[in-house]
Amino acid sequence: MNQAYAEAFERFTKNGGGAGPAELLGLRREAFEHFARTGFPTTKDEEWRFTPVAPITGREWRLSAEAKTSLVTPADIAPFRFGPPAWCTLVFVDGRFEAGLSHQPKLPRGLSVEPLSQALEADPALLSKVTGTSFSALNAAFVKEGVSIRVSAGVELADPIHILSVASKAADGASLNTRIVLHVERGARAQLVESYAGLFAAASFTNAVTQVTVEAGAWVEHSRIQRESESAYHIGLTQVDQARDSHYRSFTLAMGGAIARHDLRARLGDENVETLLYGLYLGRREQLIDNHTAIFHDHPNCRSWEVYKGILDDASHAVFNGKVFVTPEAQKTDAKQTNRNLLLSDRAKVDTKPQLEIFADDVKCTHGATVGRLDEIAHFYLQSRGVPREAAQQLLTYAFAAEVMAEVTSAPVRERLDGLVRERLGVSS
Amino acid sequence: MSSPVESLVNREYKWGFVTDIEADTVPKGLSEEIVRLISAKKQEPEFLLEWRLKAYRGWLKMTEPHWPNVTYPPIDYQDLIYYSAPRTQKPLGSLDEVDPKLLEAYTKLGIPLTEQKLLAGVAVDAIFDSVSVGTSYKKQLGAMGIIFCSFSEAVREHPELVRKYLGSVVPTSDNFFAALNSAVFSDGSFVYVPKGVRCPMDLSTYFRINAQNTGQFERTLIIADEGASVSYLEGCTAPKRDENQLHAAVVELVALDGASIKYSTVQNWYAGDEEGKGGIYNFVTKRGKAARGAKISWTQVETGSAITWKYPSVILQGDDSVGEFYSVAVVNGRQQADTGTKMIHIGRNTRSTIVSKGISAGRGNNSYRGQVKVLPKAAGARNYTQCDSMLIGNRCGAHTFPYIDVQNPTASVEHEASTSKIGEDQIFYLKQRGLNTENAISIIVNGFCKEVFKELPMEFAVEAQKLLGISLEGSVG
Repeated sequence: MNQAYAEAFERFTKNGGGAGPAELLGLRREAFEHFARTGFPTTKDEEWRFTPVAPITGREWRLSAEAKTSLVTPADIAPFRFGPPAWCTLVFVDGRFEAGLSHQPKLPRGLSVEPLSQALEADPALLSKVTGTSFSALNAAFVKEGVSIRVSAGVELADPIHILSVASKAADGASLNTRIVLHVERGARAQLVESYAGLFAAASFTNAVTQVTVEAGAWVEHSRIQRESESAYHIGLTQVDQARDSHYRSFTLAMGGAIARHDLRARLGDENVETLLYGLYLGRREQLIDNHTAIFHDHPNCRSWEVYKGILDDASHAVFNGKVFVTPEAQKTDAKQTNRNLLLSDRAKVDTKPQLEIFADDVKCTHGATVGRLDEIAHFYLQSRGVPREAAQQLLTYAFAAEVMAEVTSAPVRERLDGLVRERLGVSS
Repeated sequence: MSSPVESLVNREYKWGFVTDIEADTVPKGLSEEIVRLISAKKQEPEFLLEWRLKAYRGWLKMTEPHWPNVTYPPIDYQDLIYYSAPRTQKPLGSLDEVDPKLLEAYTKLGIPLTEQKLLAGVAVDAIFDSVSVGTSYKKQLGAMGIIFCSFSEAVREHPELVRKYLGSVVPTSDNFFAALNSAVFSDGSFVYVPKGVRCPMDLSTYFRINAQNTGQFERTLIIADEGASVSYLEGCTAPKRDENQLHAAVVELVALDGASIKYSTVQNWYAGDEEGKGGIYNFVTKRGKAARGAKISWTQVETGSAITWKYPSVILQGDDSVGEFYSVAVVNGRQQADTGTKMIHIGRNTRSTIVSKGISAGRGNNSYRGQVKVLPKAAGARNYTQCDSMLIGNRCGAHTFPYIDVQNPTASVEHEASTSKIGEDQIFYLKQRGLNTENAISIIVNGFCKEVFKELPMEFAVEAQKLLGISLEGSVG
């Protein structure tokens, strides 16, 4: 299989896929060589123990660049928009930017949004800032399209920016490599909504990388919504680097994909950093949804707070792994991690592994994980109040999910998420 | 941090003496011949030799596991002596015939066989370099049909039981160290408690590694027949030596319908010096299988060994069976511990409780690694896990790796973990009440471990508390 990728990579570079300065091509080659050396993970790798990716790694994917132009209309996109139409929305179809479907209002001062290719041309080193998996290395080798967003120091953006990636029918059998770079300068404030959706039941393979840099005193809210088609494959990596006094909060909703994996890594690079990670995953049918998070406390006086919740129905399978590393320097760390899972069916399955690695003594670190079903007493209570059992079940399930969604600060985003989750769980609003 | 805790932690290993006894050892190295030789020396029946050879051949194909969160230089398995027995002229008729030097060694260890016989009412099966030297209380137990003897004796006297249950919980192919043990195990303890019998006293083994360059490979097999119950204590020490010594034991517990087995360990093998030189590599496989309504409880206090690598586990096979794991693991100096448990829920309404307390001091690294697995048929399974870590100083580490796999929606699994330190305010409070720092720390640490200590039989709890104080000496202050 690696041979096929090697050939694809040679073709890609020859076709000008690696256009740009020589340095960029060198970095792509480096990334590719890294991938060639490590190869795809298997369930023998601890990090992928419960996530067999053979359906992804065992087949040959077309590079998105070779896909035919798709016919996607604004009406197709409409259901996937977020918030008021005035928001800046950048739409990618099958990994390619579609200006016609996007909405690019006049950008406020201090906000720059440019295509990834342009950003890479100016600063090729951007490509090597992410240290990740062999999938992210593959992304670095092949990625052409994406967005680079930069918010200047002290600028406070009022509205979120929405990056929407959709897979059309033409994406069937194609791998879609996209990359988002968000850089929020000193004291600035920004919100990013990143979403992935499928228009058809296409077996596409999204390999996405997002890199977020939060400078000193900056504030970022990042919502990631993954609702690809249930025949698609999704592998995502988000890397967050935070500087002193910064605040980063993330909410991830994962409900799509046949196999969906998201790695979220946050490096708390200086003192007094706050990192909040919230997640919700909804599995049904045969879906496999995997969330891996890693929080690196390298400096004193930082706080991280993590809550991930999952609702698993049918024969779905969820994997959660949350790591918290506290180095000897990171005294006065306050870290809390929670993972709660609700199993709705006999065939659903959860593998959770909350993991703490602590080397400093004056810290407060806790984690907790639970797996179970809905509380019978709560059921009984609702039924005794005249709520039918089925409705009670839906209500309680929704309440379980609503708790994490409530942490999204942007009201339009929160409401939209709420609608999505209600729809999925079959709860009327 | 000031000196009292440090001096508390750094006290010398008091059990580091060597007893000079003539020993019957086999040549260094491991081969099929050595396996045959060990078997022949022990005059074992054919089936056991075959079993050993099968294990040995399997072992050759295995590789040493490196996933535990510990580091150590590679072990040369050909540079070890796989069998060492105190040389005796004739089989021992009674305890009084035991070499007085041996008895003296035990006295130094604080378990005088004869005295303990009278005072503690504990039946002791002492293992000295892998061969059981004397078993007390045999007669009293024998009257109730309880078999408590060395493993070799069990092979001679009760081959049918050994054959039936040996390897039934930990098969020879289980893991690298279990396979090695199966091939070369020299002795161990054997317990059989017949149907409906409650063993009237705690049974106890004291392990001790004496000879140089020997690996100790004991094998313990405890069978509690239907409705029987037994409590078993295991304690370990070793002389102080510069080389690392390998200890790869296997313990198998079989609890048949409605039976109950309680297995308590206080492990105080030599941990090596401050620089991490010497000490025991304690790579142990312990597992129990619980049938319908049976209960298996592991309690361990691990204060010794350079490296501890063990996961006392319970296979909850029968409906309504119960598994418990209570552990205190202390690392200091350069000790490394990767320990925890596995609870495999197979039967319906199975319950398991895990309480793990890890204390890290000096440059020690302590990892809790546990697995709770609920299989699809285990309806109504219930697990509660609590694992707390305490760090003393910032050159040590505490790690938790809990794996939770749930495949049944009616199961309920909870895992909680926390990390904390000994608060200045807590020490201040106790000092203000007239305690010195050392006692204050000891009280706080004992309080931290209380949930586990209360599971230990009385004499052991006292010993464990003392040991804890000793292994932490000098770590706080």
